[in-house]
Amino acid sequence: MSAPPLLAIDNLSIGYAAADGMRVVVHQVSLTLDRGERLGIVGESGCGKSTLALALLGFVRRGGQRLGGTVRLDGADIFRLPPDAVQRLRGRRIALVPQNAGQALSPGMPVGDQIAEVLQTHLGWSRQVARSHASHWLARVELPDPPALLRRFPHELSGGQQQRVAIAMALAAEPALVVLDEPTTGLDATTQQQVLALLGELVAASGTALVVVSHDLGVIARCSDRMAVMYAGEVVEHGATDATLTVPRHPYTRGLLASVPQLASAGIPATLPGMPPVPARLRPAGCAFAPRCAWADAQCRTTAPAPGGGGGTVVRCHHWRRAGAAGAAVVTAPPRPIAPSGATPHLSLCGVTVSYARPGVLDWFRAPRQPTARPAVSDVTLALAPGTTLALVGESGSGKSTLARTIAGLERASAGTLHSLDDDLSLPVHRRPHELRRRIQLIFQNPDAALNPRHPVATILARPLRVFHRLSAADIRRRSVALLEQMRLGEEYLGRLPGQLSGGEKQRVAIARAFIVEPAIVLCDEVVSALDVSVQAAVLQLLIELQQRHRVSYLFIAHDLAVVRAIADTVAVLYRGHVCELGSAAQVFTPPFHPYTASLLQAARLAPGAPGAGPPAVDTGRGCPFVDRCPRRIEPLCGQQPPPWRTTAPGHRIRCHLPPEQLDQTGMPPHADWRST
Amino acid sequence: MSAAAPRRPWAATAWHAWRRARRSPGMLPGMLVLALHLMAALAAPLIVPHSPTAIAPERALAGPSPAHPFGNDRFGRDLLSRVMLGGRIAIAIGLTGGAIAVLLGGLVGVLVGYLGGLTDELVMRLVDALIAIPGLLLLLVVVTGLGNGYGVILLAMVLSYAPGAARVARAAAHEYVPRDFITAARARGEHALAVAGLELWPNVVGVLLVEFAMRTSWIVLSVSGLSFLGFGVNPPTPDWGLMIAENRSMLALAPWGVVFPLAAMATLVVALNLVADGLAQLLGVDRTTEAR
Repeated sequence: MSAPPLLAIDNLSIGYAAADGMRVVVHQVSLTLDRGERLGIVGESGCGKSTLALALLGFVRRGGQRLGGTVRLDGADIFRLPPDAVQRLRGRRIALVPQNAGQALSPGMPVGDQIAEVLQTHLGWSRQVARSHASHWLARVELPDPPALLRRFPHELSGGQQQRVAIAMALAAEPALVVLDEPTTGLDATTQQQVLALLGELVAASGTALVVVSHDLGVIARCSDRMAVMYAGEVVEHGATDATLTVPRHPYTRGLLASVPQLASAGIPATLPGMPPVPARLRPAGCAFAPRCAWADAQCRTTAPAPGGGGGTVVRCHHWRRAGAAGAAVVTAPPRPIAPSGATPHLSLCGVTVSYARPGVLDWFRAPRQPTARPAVSDVTLALAPGTTLALVGESGSGKSTLARTIAGLERASAGTLHSLDDDLSLPVHRRPHELRRRIQLIFQNPDAALNPRHPVATILARPLRVFHRLSAADIRRRSVALLEQMRLGEEYLGRLPGQLSGGEKQRVAIARAFIVEPAIVLCDEVVSALDVSVQAAVLQLLIELQQRHRVSYLFIAHDLAVVRAIADTVAVLYRGHVCELGSAAQVFTPPFHPYTASLLQAARLAPGAPGAGPPAVDTGRGCPFVDRCPRRIEPLCGQQPPPWRTTAPGHRIRCHLPPEQLDQTGMPPHADWRST
Repeated sequence: MSAAAPRRPWAATAWHAWRRARRSPGMLPGMLVLALHLMAALAAPLIVPHSPTAIAPERALAGPSPAHPFGNDRFGRDLLSRVMLGGRIAIAIGLTGGAIAVLLGGLVGVLVGYLGGLTDELVMRLVDALIAIPGLLLLLVVVTGLGNGYGVILLAMVLSYAPGAARVARAAAHEYVPRDFITAARARGEHALAVAGLELWPNVVGVLLVEFAMRTSWIVLSVSGLSFLGFGVNPPTPDWGLMIAENRSMLALAPWGVVFPLAAMATLVVALNLVADGLAQLLGVDRTTEAR
C-alpha cells in the first residue's frame, strides 16, 4: 500500500447556521495534495474559498459546522483527532498565513518574540535558541537588519514587512503544508511581486506544499502547479494551472479570465454578469452557475453536472467539450471614443506642491521641528481635458490620493496654482462657491467606509441633492430612482442599509451619490481595487458608460496598471510626489519608459528581477527622487541634479537624465499575462 | 445579497435584537424591576394606601403590620406610602438630568471629535477640569451657592455628568471621523453641525443610550445623597435619601425606617445597571473599552 497523500479532502461540506436553517458554503469538495505540491484556489468572494482554507487546519468559524466528508493530513482525519493533537499539528505540520497580516500579528508583542514563540511551542526550543533562530528567519524573509527588527512591534512595520513576518512565522517550524489566505491582497504591485518571489524561493528550497487561496488570477498563476476554481462552494474546475489558464473549460473560469484587465490591450474587459449566489439551505436543482452562464440550457437548469473532463482536468459542466473546443477566452475591447483635443482643460494644475506640516497645539511647546519632511506632492503640472480620463499611477505613498484631496479642497497646496475653468481651486472646500463644489465629486476606494452604515440608500442619495439643489421630496425620489437605474440597481434599493448590500452594490451607490448632482469632474480614488475581478470589470464599464452619457472628466487614481490601461486616455506616473512620466496611455505603456515605469510594469507582469535592488544612494534631496531605487542611475549625477524633462513624442514626456534612446529596455511581452488587482 | 434582505425589516430587527438581548441574562429582570419602579413612581399619588405626611403619634415606630406592611416612622407616618412616593424626585431628576447631560455632552463630544484641532483641545481640557473636581464637592458648591431648588439640583447634575458623556461621545465619534463618508460630507461643504448631527450622531446614538442608562442610575444615587446630607429635598416631602437620614438614629430600634427606602434605592440602581449592560450587549457597545 502506498503512503497516503499529504492532504486529502474527501467530499467535504461545511455549512453555517442561519435563522432559516443551515446554509451550505462548501459543497462536496474533494482535492488531494502531495508533498511539495502547490495548489491554488480561486473564485469570487463569497464562493467558500476562505472557509475551505480554514477547514484544512481543522477549523470552522463560529456558527459553522462540518456537514460531511473528511480532511486527512498524513492520512489522519483532522476533524476526528482530539483537540490537543490538532493543536500540535497546527504550526508544526500545517501552518496558516492569514489574510490580513497586520491584524493577525499580536500588536503588543515584538515580532521576534512572536516568531520565537512558534519555535518554543512546536519544537520545544529554549527561549535563547528560539530567539536567535527568529533572527535567522527574519533574514531569510529578506527583512533588513534582523537583530533590530526582532524588537520592533507590528505597527512599526509596513504592510509588506508584516506579511513577511507572518510568512516567517508560518514557515518557522518547517511545516509540511502552508495555507495562504489571500497572501498579497492589500499590498501594492511591487511589494506583491517581491513577497511572491520570496515565497516561491522559500518553498522551493524546503519542499513545503502550498495551498494558496486568492481572488487574484495573477497570484494563482504565479504560485501554483494546479488550480481549483470554486463557485458557490463547489470546485467547478480543477487541473494544471497552465492548462486551465490557457484553455479554460468551465464557463465560469472563462468569464473570470475574460474579466481581468490586460496590460497588453486597452479597453474594458468583458464582464461576467451577476454575482455568486447567496449560500442557500437547498442547493439549486441544476448547475449553480446556470443563472449567469451564456450557454445554459434546459439540462443545466434541471440536473447538476457531474464531474467530467479528462487529461488531468476535472470540470463540472454539461458543455465542457464545447468550452474546450472554443479555445481560450476572448477579451472584448469596445473601442474607446477619441478624446477631443485642443479643448480648454476642465482642470489644470501648475507646479502644485503639498506638504503636511500642520503643527498641533502641543507642537508649540516642543523643540523646533526638524527640517520639514519631503512634500507629499511636489511640483506637479497636469491638465485634464473635458470628457477624458487622466490616470495617476504609482505605489502607495506616491502622493496620488493627496493630489486628489487637494483638488477636492480637503488639503491645501503650499505652492502652485489649481484651476477648474475659471474657478480657483486653491480655496479650501468650505470657502469654495457652491457651484464649484457641485462640479467636483469624489468616489472612494473602500465602499464600506464611503457609505454611512446607519443611512439607507435613499438618505445617502438625497443629501447631496438637498445641499446642491433645492428639490421637493418627490423630485429627490424621482432622481434617486433614475440614477439607481443607471447603476442597474432597482428602486427597491432605496430602503436598504449599506450592510445589506454587496461590495459591488455599495460601490454603485457611492458612484450614484457622486453622479446625482451632475458633476463635471469626478475624482476616482482606487475605486475598483477593493472589488472582485468580475465586479471590477462591471464597475469600469459603468464608469465608461457614465462618462459618455454625462461628458464628465475622470481623475482616475490606481496602482493597478492593467486597470489604468483599460480606462485611461492619459497617464501620469508618480513617484514620491513627483511626476516622472506623462503621456497618452498608449505612449506610457510602450517604450521608451522611465526606469520607474519600467519597474512598475515588470512588477505588474510578476516578472522576476525585483525592483528596489541595489544599495541606497546618498539622497541630497536635490536629485532625482527615484535615485535610491533606480537600477540605471548615473553616479553621482542622478543624486545631485534634478533630471530634465525629455519629450520623446508629441505629448509624451519623461523626466530622466538618460536620453530616451536608452530607455527602451523593458519591452511589452508578446503574450497576454494573467493578473489583476 | 438581494435575496437575503429581510422581507419584514422590523420583524427581523426585533427578532435579532431579542436574540442578542438574551445573551445578557440581566436584561429581562432589570427591565421588570425598572418598570415596577417607574409605574410606582407614576401612579403612587393615586394608589398609596395612606397619606405620606399624616402624623399619627400612636403608631410611632410601629413595626410592619397588615395595615402598614413597611411599618411606621417616629411620627407614625406610613413607610410604604413614603417609600412609594420617595423615589419620584430622584427618578425625575435622574431621567431628565441623564437625558440633558447625555444629549448636551454627546453633541459637544461629537462636534469637537469631528472638528479636532484647537477647539478639541480647549473643550476637552475644560471637560478634564470638570471631571477632576470630586462629584460631591461640585454638587455641594452649586447647591450651597444657588440654593436647593429642583432646578438647581438638576443643573448641578448636568454639570457633573455631561463632561463624562462628552468624553464617551468623542471617543465613539473618533471611530467614524476618518471614514470616507465623512470625507464625502466635507467635500460637499457641509457645515460641521450637519456632519455631527446627520452623519456622526446616528452612529454614536447607541453608545449614548447605554450612557444614559448609566448616568441616570448615578444621578438617582447623587440626588439621594444630597437629600441625605440635607442639601436636597426638604422635609416633610417623602424622599429615600431624606428618609434614611431621618430614620438612621432609630436604626437599632426601628430598622424598617432605613431598610425599606435603602432597598428601594438599591433595586432601582441595580435594575438601571442591568438594563445598561443589556443595552450595551444589544447595541454591540463594548463597555470595557469606553473612555471613562
